Order: sequence, then C-alpha cells, then structure tokens
Amino acid sequence: MENNNKTLYTITVFSENRVGLLNQITIILNRRQLNIETLSVSPSALKGIHKFTITTYSDHETIEKVVKQIDKRIDILKAYYNTDDELVYQEIALYKIATKHILEKGSIESLIRDHDITVLEITDNAVVFQKTGLYDETQKLFEDLSKTVGVLQFIRSGRVAITRSKVERLSDMLAEREKSIARRKNNQTVKDTTLTD
Amino acid sequence: MTGSYAVLESLKAEGVDTIFGYPGGAIIPIYDALYDYSEIFNHILVRHEQAAAHAAEGYARVSGKPGVVFVTSGPGATNTITGIADAMMDSTPIIVISAQVASPFLGTDAFQETDLLGLTQPITKWSYQIRKAEDIPDAIARAFYIACNGRPGPVVLDITKDALLNTLDYQYKKCDSIRSYIPDPEPEEEDIEQAACIINSAQKPLAVIGQGVLLAHAEEEVKSLLEKAQIPVASTLLGLSALPSDYPLYKGMVGMHGNLGPNFKTNECDVLIAIGMRFSDRVTGNLKTYAKQAKVIHFDIDPSEIGKNVVPTLGVLGNVKETIPLVTEKVKKASHDEWIASFAPLEKREYEHVYVKEVEPSQGPLHMGEVVRHVSDLAGRDAVLVTDVGQNQMMGSRYFRFGKTRSNITSGGLGTMGYGIPAALGAKIGAPERRVCLFLGDGGLQMTLEEFGTIMQDSIGVKIILLNNNKLGMVRQWQELFNHQRYSFTDMANPDFCKIAEAYGIRTARVERREDLDKTIQDMFSDDKAFLLVAECEQMGMVYPMTPAGANVTDVMLEK
Ligand SMILES: Cc1ncc(C[n+]2csc(CCOP(=O)(O)OP(=O)(O)O)c2C)c(N)n1
Repeated sequence: MENNNKTLYTITVFSENRVGLLNQITIILNRRQLNIETLSVSPSALKGIHKFTITTYSDHETIEKVVKQIDKRIDILKAYYNTDDELVYQEIALYKIATKHILEKGSIESLIRDHDITVLEITDNAVVFQKTGLYDETQKLFEDLSKTVGVLQFIRSGRVAITRSKVERLSDMLAEREKSIARRKNNQTVKDTTLTD
Repeated sequence: MTGSYAVLESLKAEGVDTIFGYPGGAIIPIYDALYDYSEIFNHILVRHEQAAAHAAEGYARVSGKPGVVFVTSGPGATNTITGIADAMMDSTPIIVISAQVASPFLGTDAFQETDLLGLTQPITKWSYQIRKAEDIPDAIARAFYIACNGRPGPVVLDITKDALLNTLDYQYKKCDSIRSYIPDPEPEEEDIEQAACIINSAQKPLAVIGQGVLLAHAEEEVKSLLEKAQIPVASTLLGLSALPSDYPLYKGMVGMHGNLGPNFKTNECDVLIAIGMRFSDRVTGNLKTYAKQAKVIHFDIDPSEIGKNVVPTLGVLGNVKETIPLVTEKVKKASHDEWIASFAPLEKREYEHVYVKEVEPSQGPLHMGEVVRHVSDLAGRDAVLVTDVGQNQMMGSRYFRFGKTRSNITSGGLGTMGYGIPAALGAKIGAPERRVCLFLGDGGLQMTLEEFGTIMQDSIGVKIILLNNNKLGMVRQWQELFNHQRYSFTDMANPDFCKIAEAYGIRTARVERREDLDKTIQDMFSDDKAFLLVAECEQMGMVYPMTPAGANVTDVMLEK
C-alpha cells in the first residue's frame, strides 16, 4: 500500500514481558513522526515473550533507522520490518446490525456467502458478524452493510502477520544468542588469563 | 535484611565507593542505612539534584567507573532529568537510584509521586521500577551491567518505599549477560578484511576518533593502526585527550569550531576512517557535501549509529578495542608523507589568522584562549580539563593541551550550561591525585553556583577559572554574526564573584592584566585546594574558526 510516496511497513517486535515496553516503542515512532496505523500485541509462542505487530506509513530510510532504534532498547529481543509482499497478514472485524433490518432484507445467506462472514451471535435485537480479511475487504463489507442495512457498531483489529520467507524462528535465534554469549565469555576468559600470564 | 540495606550491599558488591545524593522523605530508609556505611561509601551531599547527576558524570568520565546518584521521589527525581539526558547523549554510565512512593500509592497522585519511569524512558539506556524488596539485588546487578557494557549510558532505578522497608533474603550475583541485549557484537571477518583492503588502497586517509575510543580504552590499539599505516588523525570534541595533543599524527579537532586542517581535509581525503564517533551535526555541517569524495569506514559498537547520519561505504560493527587490532593486523605498512605535509599550510593559516590573536595578543583585554593556554601550561601534562558550555567550552577544547587520556570532561551532545561546576567536583573525586581545571562563563557559573557549598563542605580541590565577559558570550556571538548585532538579552549584570567564593571559604583572585596572569595562576596552583580565578576577558570576543550550523565543513569563517 502506498500513501504520499510512503509505503505501509509492518514492524514486528519481540520483547521481554515488561511494563512500559509499548511506551518505549511509541516514543521512538513519535520522535520520527510516524503514526501507528494498526497495533496488535499478544504473548508469543515462547513463554514470557511478547510480540508486537505495528503498521505504519514510512519511507525506507526512516523505517530502517527507526527499527534499529527499537531493536536497541535493552528489553527488546528483536525488531524487524517487512513490506506487504513479504507477509501473509489478516485483520479481523466485527459488525453489529439490527436484527429487524436484516429480516426486512429477507435472506442474509447471499451476504454470508459473498463476504465469507461468520455469524457470532443472533438475538432479537442484533446480529453480530465476523469477517477476517485484508483491510480493503473488511472495509468494503462495512460500506456495503452501511448502505443496505446500517451498522450499529463496527470494530477492526490490528494486523497480525507472518513472514512468507525465511523461517527464522525466535527460539532458534535465542539459542544462537545463548551460544554466542557463551562463546564470548570463553574468549574473555582466554584473554584474561593471557593478561595475567 | 531490609531493602535499603540490600541496596547498599549491592552497591558495595559492585565496588562503588562514591555516591552523589540528596535525601528526602521517600529515600530516608536508604539514608538511614547509609549511616552504618560511612566507612564504605563517600557520600557527597550536593546542593541540587541536577548537580548530583552531573557530578556522577564527571566522576564516571574521568575514572571509567559508573557514577551513582541517590535522590528522593518527586522533585528530587525530576531535578536529575537534565543530567540523565546529558549522560544519554554523551554515553556516560551513571546509575540514578530514586526512591518512589510506597507501591499501594502508585498512580494515586500521592505526595511527591511522579512517573519517573515515564519521564525518563526516552533519555535512559534502561529504566526500571522495583516494587518488591526481593527484586533489589538482581535489578541493581542488571543496572550496572547495562550502564557499563556496550555503548554505556544512564540507568534509572525507581524503588518504592515499601520495597526499601520490607525484608528479603539477600544474595548478590553479578550480571554477566542479558538475553535481549548484545553489548559487544561479534566482529564480522568479512568487514575486517574489507576495512583493511580499503585502508590499504588509500592514498589520502584521514581518521576521526570519537569518545568510543576512550570508552573502549582503545587508545593504544588506535595508535598502532595509525602508526602502522601512517594515518593522520583528528578528534571530535568528545574524543579529545584519547591521544595526546602533541601526538605526531594528531591534526586537531573537527567540527564547528574545530581546526582548519582536519575540517578541510575531510572533504579532500580518499578514505575517512571514523572510529567510535557518531557524525553529529556539529561535526558534519552540511551532510550533502560532507566527505562525499571519500570512502567512509565507520567503526562503531552501536548498530543504530551506522548509517544514521552518514551512510558509510563500510560499517564495521563491534567494540573498537576488538575490531581495530584485527584490522591493524591486516593493514600494510604505509607512509603518506606528502599527504600529511599538506596539512601544514592550513595549520599556518589558522595560526596566523586565529591563534596569534587569541592566544598571544600583546595588547587589549585578556582573551579566553590566552587564559586557557597559560593555565594549561602551568597545570602540567597530567591535568584534567572540564568545561561548561559556550565560548569557554570551545576555547578550553581548542587551547588546552592534553597529556593523558580521560582528561576532557564536557557536555557535548546536550550542551548543558551549568554542567561545569558539578562535573568538575565529580571529576576531582574520581581522580583526586590529578589537577582538575574547570573553565566556565559567567552564565554557566550562575546556573550551578550553589555547588560552591558542596565544594566547601567536602574540601574538593577544583580549580575554577571563570572566563568572565559579563555576557552570554556564545549566544552574543551568534547574534553578532547572524542577527544583525541585535543583542537580545545576552548582557549580564553580575555580582562580585570573588566575594561569593570568599563567602564559601574558597580561595579566589581576580586577574585583568596580562602581566599578572602567570603569577595569579601559579598562586592558584600553589596548593591543592579549591580556587576561583576570575579572569576578566574581552567582552566582544569571538570563537574562530567557525563553520556556521548547516554549512559545508569547508565554509569556514576565520575572522570578522
Ligand atoms: C541550560 C542551557 N540554557 C541555555 C543554553 C544556550 N546557550 C548556549 S551557550 C550560551 C551562553 C553561555 O554564556 P556563558 O556561560 O557566560 O559562557 P560564554 O559563552 O560567555 O563563555 C547559552 C545561553 C544552553 N546551552 N544550556
């Protein structure tokens, strides 16, 4: 996606589970005047490690510097960025619609089929739909529903994303890092002993 | 053991000997425990918490050990913010331990509660709130590891009062690694190879060293490289003293008020070797024209610095203490006599147009540069230079002669007026056997003047040289050059500074005449006690050469 010559980048951050980390990340984005488009945070596959997925419009030079600054923070394990073509990604959206409007329209089968909707709840008052997809898709459904039956409430999540290429797993990275730390420590002891000799 | 005792035991385990601090409600438990540790810690009671942070910086810069600060919650903590920001900009390892309101009161706007973590996150290398007594030893161990390793920086530990009062089973284990942090990235074989290759191909190499060389204690390693390949070298403001001023290959300082030689040669060299420096705008001027003809090799420990301002031909990530010797091994012996000799005409030009007028004037009022040079000559090779900010800082940096490493203490990145007095007293405590000479202006002196009290109470033998022009000199200089001499609020009505010193029992003298200069300085150095020398200087003095902000490094103003 492009916007004023800027590209939508997805920043992925793995961090220790400490208070204040989101603040540390947003401070860095603020300083370079990058707006967060979407944000999602959750525990990662590894216990005690959190994963942030942030999308923001930026130019390449800025995003590279900003991600280095984020990566530099002590409690952050790893930060990297990708463009959309390097990712598989989705957002999830919920729509609440008055039941009576839907009934007036007659059937909702075609709607469900055409838009790949899941029905989460139906009450006398309202129906809640869920749709998973790209931004444009969830947006299009919102617009369609608004025009036809009206939307009482609408909410969309931040993006979740998985890289297409390289299977650099965090657990492997951590293992490699532990090894490197051990290697450095050994080197250090060798150096120290040579000094005392 | 209570949390307070655990704090002190942990500091002891880290080898801390000096603490700069100021007590208050929330931190009373630590001060109570401190009462039992007077044999172990030299606690310096400052007069303002900003000064505690700057003093810790001065102590750290001169000694290479982290500076430690104690302050209370709320205003005590917020008063340290300028010092913390300063330490962040200049990569100075300090650890600020602030007490916080008891944990049940957090977030309630309790008396003297401030969100210190929120306030300091952007200006610390790491900040952490301790809410449980049992977390104290580990958090302190981490704080020291983080502050001192990799690219150093300030750490804030905010400890709630209940954590200080509650008890724990004390056990201390030093931190030797953190999985989310790589302090010294491993050098890449390929980078080393390529760096050596580029240096070997150079006809006109120029090295620029920064504070990274001092922080890594890599002075000797850098010298070996320079000498083997005969590379002329310049220093940034913060790299000063890593090499002695009379080191044969040393060609002076780069930057806005740097020397003509290295500034001009930056845009003539074919290979620019940047070692532990960060291409600040005060060094590069206009980035679009900066060293464009050269291949740039950037040695740095911090990945986020490589390519931040100048995109190098090659970035060599790693601790320069490690990477430089690896490169030296692969570099061929070379000589660049003609290239080195080509600095001479520029040096001569600067000597004639600037130096003679500033350092060797024969008439008129005293000049700042002249005072600096006379003090430097009489202070000896072992002396430490501390400067405040403004014209005094540039004159000090330009004309003081360094004989020994870790001898230049100044606020570079943040340019903090008021840094001088506290940093100098911290430096003197960090290096009691050395002469510490502080140069400052009448503006900066009055920003942290209260520290005369600390100097008095602890008999701290700093030599304070006020380069008095009764103006905010550096701002006045800009107004003269760039604002049509509209001197808006840069005049100072000043008190009798000697009388102030006297009131604090600090020996003092005023000097106005050239012929009195040396004997007054000699008198100042006749003992190891504090001294205030008020040198009445030319009021309209200017610091030259000057590259205006954002101009090309070669667009230098030499005189009016
Ligand atoms: C805390 C702070 N406030 C303002 C400034 C802006 N400033 C830079 S130099 C300067 C003038 C300094 O005057 P003085 O201390 O008398 O030293 P001089 O330049 O005359 O040597 C000022 C106001 C600053 N650097 N720091």
